[in-house]
Amino acid sequence: MFSRAYKTVVTLPPLVWVTVFLFLPYLLMFCYSFWSVSPSQTIVHSWNLDNYKELIQKTVYWQTLLRSMWIAARVMIFSLLLGYPLAYFLSFYAGKRKDLLYQLVIIPLWVSYLVRAYAWKTILGSDGVFNTLLQYAHLTKHPLDFLLYSPFAVVLTLTHIYTPFTFLPIYAALEHIPRNLVEASQDLGATPAQTFWKVIFPLSIPGVLAGATFAFVLSLGDFLAPLLLGGPSGIMISNIVVSLFGAAYNWPLGAAISLAMLVIVVSLLVFSERLEKKWSFS
Amino acid sequence: MAPPTTPVLVRTARPKPTEKATLLSIRNVAKTFGRNPVLRSVSLEIAEGEFLTILGESGSGKTTLLRIVAGFETASSGELWMGADRLDHLPPYRRRVNTVFQSYALFPHLTVEQNVAYGLRVARRPEAEIAQRVGEALDKVKMMAHAKKKPSKISGGQQQRVALARALVNRPRLLLLDEPLSALDANLRRQMQVELKSLQREVGIAFVFVTHDQEEAMVMSDRIALLRSGELEQVATPREIYSHPATAYVAQFIGHTNLLKGEVQNGIVRCGTLSWTTTLPDGPALFSLRPEHIRLAESSVSISLVRIRGRVTQQAFHGATDLVRVDCGGLVLVMRTASSNAALNEVELEFSASDAVVVRESPERN
Repeated sequence: MFSRAYKTVVTLPPLVWVTVFLFLPYLLMFCYSFWSVSPSQTIVHSWNLDNYKELIQKTVYWQTLLRSMWIAARVMIFSLLLGYPLAYFLSFYAGKRKDLLYQLVIIPLWVSYLVRAYAWKTILGSDGVFNTLLQYAHLTKHPLDFLLYSPFAVVLTLTHIYTPFTFLPIYAALEHIPRNLVEASQDLGATPAQTFWKVIFPLSIPGVLAGATFAFVLSLGDFLAPLLLGGPSGIMISNIVVSLFGAAYNWPLGAAISLAMLVIVVSLLVFSERLEKKWSFS
Repeated sequence: MAPPTTPVLVRTARPKPTEKATLLSIRNVAKTFGRNPVLRSVSLEIAEGEFLTILGESGSGKTTLLRIVAGFETASSGELWMGADRLDHLPPYRRRVNTVFQSYALFPHLTVEQNVAYGLRVARRPEAEIAQRVGEALDKVKMMAHAKKKPSKISGGQQQRVALARALVNRPRLLLLDEPLSALDANLRRQMQVELKSLQREVGIAFVFVTHDQEEAMVMSDRIALLRSGELEQVATPREIYSHPATAYVAQFIGHTNLLKGEVQNGIVRCGTLSWTTTLPDGPALFSLRPEHIRLAESSVSISLVRIRGRVTQQAFHGATDLVRVDCGGLVLVMRTASSNAALNEVELEFSASDAVVVRESPERN
């Protein structure tokens, strides 16, 4: 159907792109993770497993990794708790306002990540909107200083930023459910709650899995929110990687941590995709 | 605004020897979508255990009527009564009515067995009872062998059977079927028509069957309710509706017919060169004459027969019979004869005056 030349022309750009921007960097990272740094701050190209040993032996690394996963897990849960009802309402009850409300959910995605993170800084800070309001209402005498620079601030900001990413696949899954299934369920005597739990929710599981994966994976790798709002207790694993590639100048260790994260994320994606397949029926 | 339409007189069926109690009564139900009237004051009684077909073209409002009975749509006005209970105030899940959907609407995440058990599970019946009733229902539709399969793994005809079992297992008082056979190929459809009819006799539940296929309606129904532009044209048994169509529309929709526009004067109908005696009052009259009531004239003359000469313009083969178009000096008549290889040319036709049934005009509605 298509000529050889045409096929080559069409496949070449993405192939080059994947090689240059994906395959080569990962290969380089892979190599770095087995190298080391000399006392005189030069990269020594001698193959060893020291970086991985350090990763396991030094508690700070895997503890930060665990904390990051715990933050990501909370972001995932809150995004689902916000995104699911929103998607459900939009898909089943919004009627004519559906398109408008859909746009309202999407519009925040057009605003720069940085702006949204800074906005939370303005809201949560000691002189921020929230504290001023509390004091004005005489609910507190002194500003609450645990709001900003804490894991709480990070979870809140990331939930705000990644909820649309959870919402979208859930909304798509709900829109995909044939409405006559809902009617059939009612027709067979199921109350609205029974219809939801026995028909709508099971059929939306692929969307829930995709949305949960988005929220978790994107949060896990985040470094700006913890940098701006996390404080010392809200540090995440990516902040460590950033500093290892920056001021600390230990690229090999940074590469080793990155690869460890990559393994975690890829296994999560594979796992989630398997589950999604199990729960899709069309 | 729609012009005021003339009230449509509905010819009811002759009382059957075993007249049954009314199960559902649809009273003056109307429905408008926006400014568009889909149903205009439909009244219909459905008897216990009867097979009633709502027949109509697409857009006649037949599916809307069914969805109002099921509870998926709310009527703009009118009432639904099931015995002493007002049905239209109940949500669909509180009505003892079940539906077989056009595309079956089987739950894709549940097995055949779980689909059939759904209604009993949500009603929280004991598991032992569920197992027994589901088994019986699957047995009845011969789907026992496929009980553990997902709906996507079985054929359309099989899905159809599962949908039936899923509805019937709840022992509804009324089963609604929304063009359930339209997705099946012709052979399977004919087979399912017979199966469905015998299943209905066996379970004794009233069926309201919606279709646009007049042949299907004729084969299966105890009564046919013919819907046109949101109004009932006629409600009667298939034989009654075929032999005594109430309106020109009914006569044309059910089978083939010749519509003859005549003028009555002093007990004589004149229609072009044709004339015969009648008891109708003076004035214009419209007659429906079925092609099978016209035949080639025989030698013996009878006063009750109307005769006319004509030239054959078309002879179409329809299996056992041929449909022949005859031009009788401007008046075109279609007649049905036994199939024959011999080509007809100049013919003399005859029909019995009593076979020309008077019908009302069907005015345009919008």
